Amino acid sequence: MSRPRRSNAWRLVWIAAALLFTLHHDFWFWDDRSLVFGFLPVGLAYHAAYSIAAALLWLAAVKFAWPSHIEQWADAGAPPPEAKRGGRS
Amino acid sequence: MNLTLAVGDHTPLLVIVAYLALLIVLGVASARLFRGTAADYFLVSRSVGSFLMLMSIFGTTMTGFALVGSTGKAYSTGIGVYGLMASWSGLIHSACFFLIGIRLWAVGKRHGYLTQCEYFRERFDSPALGYILFPILVALVIPYLLVGVIGAGKAIQPITSGTFPDLFPVLKPDGTPNPALHGGVPPWLGMGVICFIVLFYVFFGGLRGAVWANTLQTLVFMITGVVAFYMIASKLGGLTVASEAVAAHEKAATRLGREGLIGRAQFFTYCFIPLSVGMFPHLFQHWLTAKSAKAFRLTVVAHPVCIAIVWLPCIMIGVWAAAALNPPAADANTVLGRMVSTFVHQPWLSGLLGAGILAAIMSSLDSQFMCIGTMFTRDVVLRITGPDRFTDGQKIWIGRGFILGIVIVSYLLALVLQKGTHVFDLGVWCFSGFASLFPLVFAAVYWRRATKAGAIACVLVTAVVWTIMFTLDMIAKADRPPGQDDETLVFGAVMPVTIIFAASTAALIVVSLLTPPPRREAIDRFFDPLETA
Repeated sequence: MSRPRRSNAWRLVWIAAALLFTLHHDFWFWDDRSLVFGFLPVGLAYHAAYSIAAALLWLAAVKFAWPSHIEQWADAGAPPPEAKRGGRS
Repeated sequence: MNLTLAVGDHTPLLVIVAYLALLIVLGVASARLFRGTAADYFLVSRSVGSFLMLMSIFGTTMTGFALVGSTGKAYSTGIGVYGLMASWSGLIHSACFFLIGIRLWAVGKRHGYLTQCEYFRERFDSPALGYILFPILVALVIPYLLVGVIGAGKAIQPITSGTFPDLFPVLKPDGTPNPALHGGVPPWLGMGVICFIVLFYVFFGGLRGAVWANTLQTLVFMITGVVAFYMIASKLGGLTVASEAVAAHEKAATRLGREGLIGRAQFFTYCFIPLSVGMFPHLFQHWLTAKSAKAFRLTVVAHPVCIAIVWLPCIMIGVWAAAALNPPAADANTVLGRMVSTFVHQPWLSGLLGAGILAAIMSSLDSQFMCIGTMFTRDVVLRITGPDRFTDGQKIWIGRGFILGIVIVSYLLALVLQKGTHVFDLGVWCFSGFASLFPLVFAAVYWRRATKAGAIACVLVTAVVWTIMFTLDMIAKADRPPGQDDETLVFGAVMPVTIIFAASTAALIVVSLLTPPPRREAIDRFFDPLETA
């Protein structure tokens, strides 16, 4: 079987993941004590937004980089339900 | 915790008892659906859907630290704690679920695995790897489990203080009652009750009981944090007033930034710690319960948001406490309790907070008990006796016997170690150990050239370097009081996991490349040809 062709969206997801990893180190807010919306420290607001960005990133990964073939592969060789499996290999 | 209540006020205890009773009911209900097979007892017949998957995995990865520790660390170290632990975890936990969890679910379903040792043993065609890995995994899980048991016992006592002054007196050296603990349920009893409750629903309901209980517990501790945040903010005069008080406070204002509180290298190298989820044996077992690969989707996407929902309120409460608590808290772990008792004065909220803390702790404990029972049954008993020596029913009772034994041993160890000096620091070291084994699972899933010798070298180097660094840390902090040891967790400005991780990765790669590649026919069955051809 041939390897599935990686889409541009798939590549973009992983570039975005690498970018997000880099953006975690927010040295520009390191000692900024200003408050966003009057109560949220800007460094904390940044990382709260980072959490949301992480969720969006993984949403994109699920949509564009999902290994859809893996389910078929798992089922193809699966032992019947409730099959006994023991210790020695 | 320091929830000082009026003598004889039973409300917090009643809230906690009601919650624990609910867990018993849940255990009974889950046991009624039990199909009587080993696959159902140990893996819920691989039938868990999206929502239960999210709740059980999120609950398992969050411990009592998510509520109590996060508030206390924010109180002493400021907002940087969120970036250090929560936002890194949001990115990296989901990456592990996506890149590792789904693949292990698939290979587990295809070949019928239940434990990590079974998988690694066959993936690297090496029974020796299984024998080496088993004691290391158990040795890393048990201290992690003890942290939960001891934490639960210590959380219950101050929450129930004042309830039984005649039965459980706690006096100061001068003979007067200690208001924080006097009359509270003592740790030996609290730990015993928690062990019994978890044992009950795991013993009868198996992993289904744990999954159901985790779902309830996760909802409880998520709601607890948000309710506490709302009520404390209201009593402090609103969100803006509370935060401006911190900004105007000479000492507390530093908590709004990170300078001088967290090192930059430490902030970055904390990224290795969340990799531990890739090697947690209890999480491995949860992954295998998924009905389909699609059941992972909600977990992958929602996990970072769930972390934010729990951590953000607690971090803000901790930061506000830096300006609001007078006198300052001597022990950072008491901050959340003091904020509730000082500003809210609601015994039911104290009870809810107690239930939330116990929920966070128990939602990890049940999976750990369950996975160690499964590992002993599969990786020890069935390895020695052979797979067909016992019927399915007998295997379930062997598993139950081990779970019972582990609960008893854990309880006795917790009794002995509860007054020990550095038990809670073991938690970070356990995470570091699991994280340093991450290269093993990553190579098993993605690197066909990885060899059995490379895998064994990776495990052994992790064990040796971890032991050396752990010993150095213990020596360095030998004379320090508990709770003030964090500084020694940094070696040369970086987290020790960085060094152990680098060593284990190097060992895996170098030894694999120096040894003959594995036979293609031996490893083909572990790789989806559509992904790796």
